[in-house]
Amino acid sequence: MTKRHKQMLTRILITAGLFIALLTAEYTGLFEKVNSPLIEMIAFIIPYLLISYDVIIKAAQNIRHGQIFDENFLMIVATIAAFCVQEFSEAVAVMLFYQVGELFQSYAVGKSRQSISAMMDICPEYANIEEDGELKQVDPEDVETGTAIIIKPGERIPLDGIVLEGESLIDTAALTGESMPRSVAPGSEIISGCVNGNNTLKVQVTKLFEDSTVTRILELVENASSKKAHVENFITRFARVYTPFVTICAAILAIIPPLITGGGWSEWIRRACIFLVISCPCALVLSVPLGFFGGIGAASKIGVLVKGSNYLEALSEMTTLVFDKTGTLTKGEFQVSEIIPENISKEALLELAALGEGYSNHPIASSIREAYQKPVSMDRVTNAAEVTGRGIEACIDGRTVYLGNAKLMQNKGISYTENQSVGTVVYVAADHVFMGTIVISDAVKAGAKDAVDGLKRLGVKKCVMLTGDRKQSAEAVAEQIKLDEVHAELLPGDKVTLVERLLDGQGNKEKLAFVGDGINDAPVLSRVDIGIAMGSMGSDAAIEAADIVIMDDDIQKISSTVKIARRTMRIVRENIAFALSVKAMVMILGALGIATMWMAVFGDVGVAVIAILNAMRALKGA
Amino acid sequence: MKKKFKVEELDCACCAEKMEKLIKEIPGVNDASISFMTQKLTIDADDSRLDEIMDEAQKVCAKVESACKIII
Repeated sequence: MTKRHKQMLTRILITAGLFIALLTAEYTGLFEKVNSPLIEMIAFIIPYLLISYDVIIKAAQNIRHGQIFDENFLMIVATIAAFCVQEFSEAVAVMLFYQVGELFQSYAVGKSRQSISAMMDICPEYANIEEDGELKQVDPEDVETGTAIIIKPGERIPLDGIVLEGESLIDTAALTGESMPRSVAPGSEIISGCVNGNNTLKVQVTKLFEDSTVTRILELVENASSKKAHVENFITRFARVYTPFVTICAAILAIIPPLITGGGWSEWIRRACIFLVISCPCALVLSVPLGFFGGIGAASKIGVLVKGSNYLEALSEMTTLVFDKTGTLTKGEFQVSEIIPENISKEALLELAALGEGYSNHPIASSIREAYQKPVSMDRVTNAAEVTGRGIEACIDGRTVYLGNAKLMQNKGISYTENQSVGTVVYVAADHVFMGTIVISDAVKAGAKDAVDGLKRLGVKKCVMLTGDRKQSAEAVAEQIKLDEVHAELLPGDKVTLVERLLDGQGNKEKLAFVGDGINDAPVLSRVDIGIAMGSMGSDAAIEAADIVIMDDDIQKISSTVKIARRTMRIVRENIAFALSVKAMVMILGALGIATMWMAVFGDVGVAVIAILNAMRALKGA
Repeated sequence: MKKKFKVEELDCACCAEKMEKLIKEIPGVNDASISFMTQKLTIDADDSRLDEIMDEAQKVCAKVESACKIII
């Protein structure tokens, strides 16, 4: 509660006290005994002025600036009219109710803003620099690149950099939403916003504070509210039309019926006032952005940055999801997945392969050496040569060893057992005898299948994979995680064409999203309705190119985000439907003379309050 | 050039919309967006006349919500 809020609350309480006292007086017949409407009016005017003086001032100021028909003016007119027809208690009560609602509205908005900032409280406040053997705390904004900073255990990392000294575990929860610690050592990259573990680190700063990851993320989330969703724009346009429309209806209601029936002016004016009170669409205009704000906040809590309310809206309508394969569905690392020896042990086969690949820089060679794990004594190997497109020829322990694909085996006339596995197949032969097969593949991410299942259950109609990889690898992965369509062996240009074809095949309300690592997907990302970049812990390229950035590697966050998007849209629609129907009802009842001023104020302020409470639900996770 | 300003005492979402519309109509302004939730005004306008434009914007805001102030 701010100071202003507290002042308002005091006024409300005093007015309420006076009002109850006066009501009691009225009830016990005190005013009848006095029998002077003038005194009664003055008695009620005191609480009325106490509660409404700021409204009167605002109305006057706004009229002076040319803004006549605003909430303040309408409330004054309505309550003064009530005074004129001697409904004193009603006038005060209505104004009191109105101010209570306004206070709550202001409070709720403040609370919402606070909770988003609290969630985004990843902003580091200081950095430690070593000066003359002592640690000095400085503003991160003042630190130049190349400076060495010290990060003590438990401190928030203030700037992006590279570790110079020290090994520690970093808690990335602030960015990714999960407490999975990452280990860092000299040479590791470190990202601002995360929290250091148990050991002190000395880090060389690589980016200024204004360019650091944490600043970019904060800016992104802040700016997300500026990119408005379609429904927000619709409400804005609607609001502009609504107020004049209702005001004109009120004028008609005040003038025409009495003219026709020849009297009852005060009654029809009273009804017109009810219309006027209802004519402010503020509840609607407020609750929609508030809802989206909550949704974006909920997403950032789980480590997903949504760059605009419009993307959240689009995500809720997503029916087709296109995946990039390498790095998105698979880990992007080559690993030995099968060792199939013939006539020798697995160990021996692997050793042979590791030695043979000892001099090669190829990722296949690295993965074989990694699988072998023991150091290779390369003095056992002589005359190693790469046969382009085929494999490696080497002399190991005096034997002629061939390592390579089917073509190499056929070329050298070695009869081998063909392997139909998915992935890259390396056949091994020594002295013209087939020794076995090593299969290297890119592992599918754990949770990929569950992610696709989850998406299907949410109603995503098509899950499609695009890749430049071999057909067999692609189809095997697709089979494993149950995708609907696979397109393999694509050149970058083909990917764009295919995406365009998929986009054409979509209905109006359907949206297509693409998920990739964000780094080489720029052309595709620019075509699709929603571009999602994964992993890369918010690399610059990914943040720039995509509309939604998932800070870590977890594919299941896509379905979580879709749930958040749907929930947000549902809450927004609920609010709109609720607000409009209550207002319409009050208008009808008002025109018929059944509605009282109370109902009108509820239809305005009460609805706003309920809509705000509902919108704050969007802040809670999926 | 795009610039961001903080807006104080922005309490009414309706008013934010009205202000945004009026600021967009100021000559020299290419685009303007007020985010009610974050209380920020983002304005893309003619650099050379920025001071003039911001004065106009301030007047416009005061017309809509008198307590409202743009922090320059």
